Amino acid sequence: MYSEKVMDHFQNPRNVGEIENASGVGTVGNAKCGDIMRIYLDINDDGIIQDVKFKTFGCGAAVATSSMATEMVKGKSVQEALQVTNKAVMEALDGLPPVKVHCSLLAEEAIHAALWDYAEKKGIRIEGLAKPKSDIHEGEEAEEY
Amino acid sequence: MDHIIYLDNAATTRTSQSVLEAMLPYFSENYGNASSIYSLGAKSKEAINRSRETIAATLGAKPEEIYFTAGGSESDNWALKATAEAYRTKGNHIITSKIEHHAILHTCEYLEKQGFEVSYIDVDENGVIKLDQLEKAIRPETILISVMFANNEIGTIQPIKEIGEIAKKHDVLFHTDAVQAFGQVPINVDELHIDMLSSSGHKICGPKGIGFLYIRKGVKIRSFVHGGAQERKRRAGTENVPGIVGYGKAAEEAVATMPERTAKEIELRDYLIDRILKEIPYTRLNGHRTKRLPNNANFSFQFIEGESLLIMLDMKGICGSSGSACTSGSLDPSHVLLAIGLPHEIAHGSLRLTLGAETTKEEIDYVIEQVKEIVERLRSMSPLYEDFVRKNQGIQK
Repeated sequence: MYSEKVMDHFQNPRNVGEIENASGVGTVGNAKCGDIMRIYLDINDDGIIQDVKFKTFGCGAAVATSSMATEMVKGKSVQEALQVTNKAVMEALDGLPPVKVHCSLLAEEAIHAALWDYAEKKGIRIEGLAKPKSDIHEGEEAEEY
Repeated sequence: MDHIIYLDNAATTRTSQSVLEAMLPYFSENYGNASSIYSLGAKSKEAINRSRETIAATLGAKPEEIYFTAGGSESDNWALKATAEAYRTKGNHIITSKIEHHAILHTCEYLEKQGFEVSYIDVDENGVIKLDQLEKAIRPETILISVMFANNEIGTIQPIKEIGEIAKKHDVLFHTDAVQAFGQVPINVDELHIDMLSSSGHKICGPKGIGFLYIRKGVKIRSFVHGGAQERKRRAGTENVPGIVGYGKAAEEAVATMPERTAKEIELRDYLIDRILKEIPYTRLNGHRTKRLPNNANFSFQFIEGESLLIMLDMKGICGSSGSACTSGSLDPSHVLLAIGLPHEIAHGSLRLTLGAETTKEEIDYVIEQVKEIVERLRSMSPLYEDFVRKNQGIQK
């Protein structure tokens, strides 16, 4: 069902974890649909993404796209990171089954949400970045049953 | 482990060696058409009759009340559609439950488009149908109650006898989808007041592509497949003789070994359930604790998603299944898990393990260790778990 690259990123995900005092954090998706991605960015004064980490609740494709997306933005400038589209992430993974394409969209949105958070914290405006629509608040979905 | 650990026996089973051997002569030696006059055909006819008698005996039914079909889904479709058609002059109302197999639910949706009305009865948190609601739903126009014997996902066994009594009291036909229950729990159609019953061969170590519908004598039901005079003119088509022979053998074995086999399965199942619940925090058992199929265990692990869990188990050689959206082909998790009241995010993190006659304690021990490790690993990657831990730390401070 999945390509070798997807399986590799699922089994050995890159950049899993959290960043303390991150420059920007973005969480997208919702538990109802079964996918939540959170991306942490550490951006230096030159606007370069020095470090990136992610956490994902979701299927194999969701984990793999998160992992690939973090690899693709690491070391890049904010503007370059904005150019990492869901299509680019999918191509880098040698494709996804049609029902999993939404996972790659989520990865793109998660990066945008983290960049938006960074811009808000810094009080700057990033050209070409719109307010993310599916950002959820921390803890909102984590209710105990 | 050096071999695959197959814990998905509710999906399908391995055809047993004795079943396979019973079937083989009916492919290339006794290949005659059962409708033919010569002795080669008669051999097929006799084999079909023997299977029919064997199966009828396991249910306390008459051989002429057993109609072979291509499987559980066909039997369910037939029972509902043909009853609806035959009893339309009496009424247009059907009662079923919210946790039926899609072979029932989607057929009901189809019938609704044809002008029938369907009441979908709720289940409680253990997946047991609400009998009072069921009885209240009966109207003068009600023609059929269809409630599954045991649920395929969470394993809960329904109060079939009580449902049968209610149906009888109100003079309504009662059909049960017993695909998961046949060969696993004792069934007597008279004692349970069952008018129609669906079953499938490959769930009990028989072949795929064969099933039957039990139809009580006197129930008016139309032909589902029109054509030749096979199956008392109610289901046309040259009989799947090897399938029917294999099914008869499988049914005979399943019923003969039932007490011993299910006692062993229950012991292993309970061991699995106890250890998983004790050793993995934030885990729940889905389905009734005791009124469940001997081989079914279904868990929800909070903060993780089922498909990821299944892929990781597969990498360790373990076959299981899940009710998460990603495994259902839609964005919604299993309708059964939602019907027992689970929130979406917990329904997404479900794992069903269904044991078989060959399952060993050694395998179960290995599976428990792997599940523990995988759940821990997926939680360490989960933003939901991160939030939960933070929230708890906040409370502790």
